[in-house]
Amino acid sequence: MTDEHGERPEGGIPPVEPPVEPPIDPDAAPTPGESEAHVLAAIALGGALGACARYGAGLLWPVAQDAFPWTTFAVNVTGCAAMGVLMVLVTERFTAHRLVRPFLGTGVLGGYTTFSTYATDARHLLTGGHVPTAILYLTATVACAVAAVTLAARLTRRLTGAPTGRGRA
Amino acid sequence: MNWLLVIAGALAGAPLRYLTDRAVQARLGTLFPWGTFLVNALACAALGFLGAAAFPANVEHLLGPGLCATYSTYSTFSWETLRLAEAGAPLRATANALASPAVGLATAFLGAALADTLGL
Repeated sequence: MTDEHGERPEGGIPPVEPPVEPPIDPDAAPTPGESEAHVLAAIALGGALGACARYGAGLLWPVAQDAFPWTTFAVNVTGCAAMGVLMVLVTERFTAHRLVRPFLGTGVLGGYTTFSTYATDARHLLTGGHVPTAILYLTATVACAVAAVTLAARLTRRLTGAPTGRGRA
Repeated sequence: MNWLLVIAGALAGAPLRYLTDRAVQARLGTLFPWGTFLVNALACAALGFLGAAAFPANVEHLLGPGLCATYSTYSTFSWETLRLAEAGAPLRATANALASPAVGLATAFLGAALADTLGL
């Protein structure tokens, strides 16, 4: 086992690598001893704001139940793009206040986006006989959501000069 | 009134998602985002149940766009998928991206079937 410069450490026995598991979760645990109540309150408040934005979008742009659910699609894709920007900024670029990530990531964006509405919208399309629309909706949302978070993270890294993401926390 | 019900559901849903995610991660580790996976599967089952059952509109606002939709998350799901891919685990990233929607859709059908079976 070598490091990236191809050098073996002295003694010939390669060091045992700890399991390389960067925190992949934006809801990573707060530091021990931290007041959990503040974190939960920030998440609850953020979640309510995000849910209001999502609910308001549904009222502003209602979609018929047999049509492609554009509003939920747009909510989820824009929420994923915002998550890409946020997570690069708070985990790679800046040392944010400890409540910023619970409030904005877990709270606002977690509450704004929805997986359950996505799945039940697709179920309604399928049971209503709109199979092509359902399949298009199911696949397009995943593809666009992952593309949005990826492009947003890369663009944020480039614009802020943050190091590349591979192997970083 | 509908707004207040959505807010009330969301005030509970977001912290519940965080606590569930943490509890699942503590048991199953972080090699795979099981917490978000489970949270989304549960929320899809609950919203499937709610959509097939005939509850009063007030209850539907509280539990639907309020609790269930906020309990589930698409942004954390997509971020964790990206992190897996960037951490050199493309198989787990792909598995997450494919299995989450498949299982979410399946549990949505199961929830609806349960509501139908119960005659709600």
